[in-house]
Amino acid sequence: MPDTHFYRYDDYDRSLVSERVDQFRDQVRRRLAGELTEEQFKPLRLHNGLYLQLHAYMLRIAIPYGTLSSRQLRKLADISRKYDRGYGHFTTRQNLQLNWIKLEDAPDALAALAEVDMHALQTSGNCIRNVTADHFAGAAVDEIEDPRIWAEIVRQWSTLHPEFTFLPRKFKIAITGSPNDRAAVRVHDIGLRLWRNAEGEVGFEVIVGGGLGRTPMIGKTLREFLPKNELLAYLEATLRVYNRYGRRDNLYKARIKILVHEVGVEKMRADVEAEYAETRDGLLGLDNETIEAIARQFAPPELPPRPERVSAVEALKLVDRDFALWLKSNVAPHRVKGYAIVTASLKPAGAPPGDASAVQMEGMADIAEAFSQAELRVSHEQNLILPHVAVEDLPTVYVALGRLGFAEANVGKITDIIACPGLDYCALANARSIPVAQQISNHFASLARQHDIGDLKIKISGCINACGHHHVGHIGILGVDKNGVELYQISLGGDVDFGKTALGTILGPAVTADKVVDAVDSLVGTYLDTRAAGERFVDTFRRIGAEPFKDRMYAAL
Amino acid sequence: MPLYREATSEALIVEDPWLRLADDAAVPADGMVLVSFARWREARAALLARRGPVGVALANTDPVEALAPDVSRLDLVTLHFPKFSDGRAYSQARLLRGRFAYQGELRATGGVLQDQAAFMLRCGFDAFESEQKGFGEALAKARTLFSIVYQPAEDGRAPASLLRLKRRNVLVS
Repeated sequence: MPDTHFYRYDDYDRSLVSERVDQFRDQVRRRLAGELTEEQFKPLRLHNGLYLQLHAYMLRIAIPYGTLSSRQLRKLADISRKYDRGYGHFTTRQNLQLNWIKLEDAPDALAALAEVDMHALQTSGNCIRNVTADHFAGAAVDEIEDPRIWAEIVRQWSTLHPEFTFLPRKFKIAITGSPNDRAAVRVHDIGLRLWRNAEGEVGFEVIVGGGLGRTPMIGKTLREFLPKNELLAYLEATLRVYNRYGRRDNLYKARIKILVHEVGVEKMRADVEAEYAETRDGLLGLDNETIEAIARQFAPPELPPRPERVSAVEALKLVDRDFALWLKSNVAPHRVKGYAIVTASLKPAGAPPGDASAVQMEGMADIAEAFSQAELRVSHEQNLILPHVAVEDLPTVYVALGRLGFAEANVGKITDIIACPGLDYCALANARSIPVAQQISNHFASLARQHDIGDLKIKISGCINACGHHHVGHIGILGVDKNGVELYQISLGGDVDFGKTALGTILGPAVTADKVVDAVDSLVGTYLDTRAAGERFVDTFRRIGAEPFKDRMYAAL
Repeated sequence: MPLYREATSEALIVEDPWLRLADDAAVPADGMVLVSFARWREARAALLARRGPVGVALANTDPVEALAPDVSRLDLVTLHFPKFSDGRAYSQARLLRGRFAYQGELRATGGVLQDQAAFMLRCGFDAFESEQKGFGEALAKARTLFSIVYQPAEDGRAPASLLRLKRRNVLVS
């Protein structure tokens, strides 16, 4: 059995990553020797994933398209133990952040990553960032094509791209291969959606200029249907237009969404198409052999036939209510009958969302090896996924996850909160996010209650940069600072589901930290009292609007 | 400002033979003159009628397309990096070399630092004005810093995808 069912580095990829480590080692040496100013060093370290945070350097490790092998996850655990404090934080961009790295250790940490064909390239800085994709890729029932094939093609093209390493601002690309978008493609600088047209051909809808941050915008369609082999040439044309004409006079107006907004999508399209007309026949056209060679590496694992209905599973459902709830919320159908996709919740009651200790990472690596083809995924909802679990093994996997504290039956529920690191770690934050998430999580800890409330996405950001995606939370919570006091602005009705992507509506004045739980409780109360049969929280909000929620919430505070 | 050009084995500091002409200065009858894009637009015919070589200094907001009809008549184009982190000139360079087939000297000015040299070379620059200590040594090594590139650019290097294709074909035959 090969080590992985996803892209395997060859000697070319390995040379590049290891030469990059050597280059960075020299840059760190020059910085420590005073040959480089911090201003000169900053973009160099950022291009290698090293941020300077509130208390220490933070290393953001790329997990391309969120896919990891057990071996890689064990190495991440090792690195977190050796160079950090024995834990890491999985992020909304499918990366892993280590928060306590020493500058002089960073090159060694990167060298250790390179041993398992990983890197921290372009996880920050004003360049094309690590490409994200559907975390159910290769296993989802509704998938048209595995988006990771294309994410890998984009990863290679964008790595050390000589023209696009000093863009006006960071540039995030997300790809989905399913009609049910789990990659939030409408809120990225470029979102790519694979779909099948009337002629039966599969191509990309290219969406541009979405994003959250201080000016949230829903992306617009730049090209309805792009033949797949033209992807890189089209991306290069788009990036060139952005590199040349994107604003650089104001950091907060430098993302491509502002360019698209200011010139209008028609003009943007005309500029990109004009550029593309010149580049389309160039060397970036993808030949079938190259595409197929990469696609072969993503060939799905051969899953031996396993029973679809297992009496032991059915029996356990009847006696163990939590297991039954877990099956409902944390287990999704697999494209192969007899298998399932399991989401390990990194949001146990009261814990910081997305954190995992080295022991937990090793535990997950072991479970994946025994029950999921030694493969895992990181979701942008900050959970870990076991993509290929036999239905028959679900009870065992449930118990094993439970031992790690990752079997909470809360995926998609009110305690499956997305939160940024906030003021506990981040130099940009205005307010804490994690403690707010922990309070809400503790308050709604009852699984029966969570399942009664149903699907409800809470997203918390500690500042306007919106790393916690609060704009697209069913309930969004934004930390703001008013004269040194942490306040929280609450919005309702955000959504990233494809076709329903919406930005939340701010309810009114921000509330103090000690009132956030009461506020959320009141919003949930309004929903429970008003919902029609089968309505989710966000559906009720769409039907009745903000007023009833708002009136009751402010009355309760 | 030291000017570097790539030599066979090492990057050399060279004398700058070009006269940088102020926009209000008279144009000398011969000799190598470098003019601003504004001056070029205004006095293109007269500049081309001279005996001596002419170069144009572009700001990174100047439309590089405007030079397309004249690339064969120009011996120098300078592209400017107001800050090393402002990357617009990388696109201008690629357009000049790749699309308009400009063959003359392509010089980077402004924020030109050794850690950008590899990117600049890939985009088609072949001359560099830099005040940074150690720039020459870094430039000499910049082409071999990475043994692999992932994308076609203006340095003619075959990207990894092409090398893989060749390798597979060799293995097959």
